[in-house]
Amino acid sequence: MDWWKDIYSAMKEADVKQVAYVPDAGHAKLINACIADNDMRAVPLTTEEEGIAMMAGAWLGGQRGVLLMQSSGVGNCINMVGLMKTCRFPLATFITMRGQWHEFNPWQMPMGNGTQPALEAMDVNVRTVDDPADVAAQSAALLHRAFVGMQAGALLLHQRLMPIKTFKGSED
Amino acid sequence: MSDLSRADAFPLRRREVAQQILDSGGDDLLMITGLGSTNWDFTAAGDSPSIFPLWGAMGGALPMALGLALAQPDKRILVATGDAEILMALGSFATVAVQAPTNLSIAVFDNERYGETGMQATATAHTADLAAIAAASGIMITNTIRDQVELDAAVPLIIEEKGPSVHVIKVRAEPLPFVLPPKDGAYLKDRFRAALLGDEGIV
Repeated sequence: MDWWKDIYSAMKEADVKQVAYVPDAGHAKLINACIADNDMRAVPLTTEEEGIAMMAGAWLGGQRGVLLMQSSGVGNCINMVGLMKTCRFPLATFITMRGQWHEFNPWQMPMGNGTQPALEAMDVNVRTVDDPADVAAQSAALLHRAFVGMQAGALLLHQRLMPIKTFKGSED
Repeated sequence: MSDLSRADAFPLRRREVAQQILDSGGDDLLMITGLGSTNWDFTAAGDSPSIFPLWGAMGGALPMALGLALAQPDKRILVATGDAEILMALGSFATVAVQAPTNLSIAVFDNERYGETGMQATATAHTADLAAIAAASGIMITNTIRDQVELDAAVPLIIEEKGPSVHVIKVRAEPLPFVLPPKDGAYLKDRFRAALLGDEGIV
């Protein structure tokens, strides 16, 4: 379960300075690494939508940013994604999936099913990774698409990569 | 009972407020203006590459300014937007307060109306107090400005004081002619980056 280190390394390689996030168990170790990194500013959000606009502001100021969220947060972002498309701001977001694989909570399933179509409806390029061995290459490709290609992209981290949540014991 | 027409008689006029703020800002001032009336106000006061006017993305002005403020700690960042946009994203007061960027000021032009859609009353015409919400969210410097004397005292603070700060400026609810900035978002972004970052700003 060390694939998160590959995302972190790709972010460092791409000179990412701002990391906006809504806390999520699947991203917990990556978020903690970003918080501990004195060369990154890790910013907790009240809603994922804020992170889209914050990434635009970071780019306006000459910095690269990344948005970390869970699939349920995608639905909170959709209108704001139009900002990135209209102004051709880069967008790179890493999304941990729920409602996809051995999901315990049926309330996570509608947005889990809708995550990819909702993003694609807003013309965001979507890739999915379900093999830990591919995380490094897919992460680098996402960041390249955003900051060199000037596009909006999302990498969905398949629920197979996550600890299975049961509500029977501790999270991990 | 709420007095839903009280804003019709507020003494401060939004176009004059925008002009006074812009005239007081230095060359290091970078602005995000919110849809829609504050865009027209600051375009009337003097459109420039250092002002990024949002034609949409309602609720995004504050977090966008936060990203900019963190990226440019040596520049002064000012957000000017309306009460309706702030009401749509009240959590952003908390997000900004936690980061506490000292170079960020937020000016809310509060006419207690949805100006672009027919001047319907917002929650500030009824019960909501945006300065109090900001203060309760952890913004250390907040005030509500109701007349020219209070504005004259506040403008230097908006431009220079250690932030983050929220200044709720009660402005008259009045129909005004449109004065439109450019609306091509990619152009607005590129001109802002070119002015701020030079040739490196253009990818």
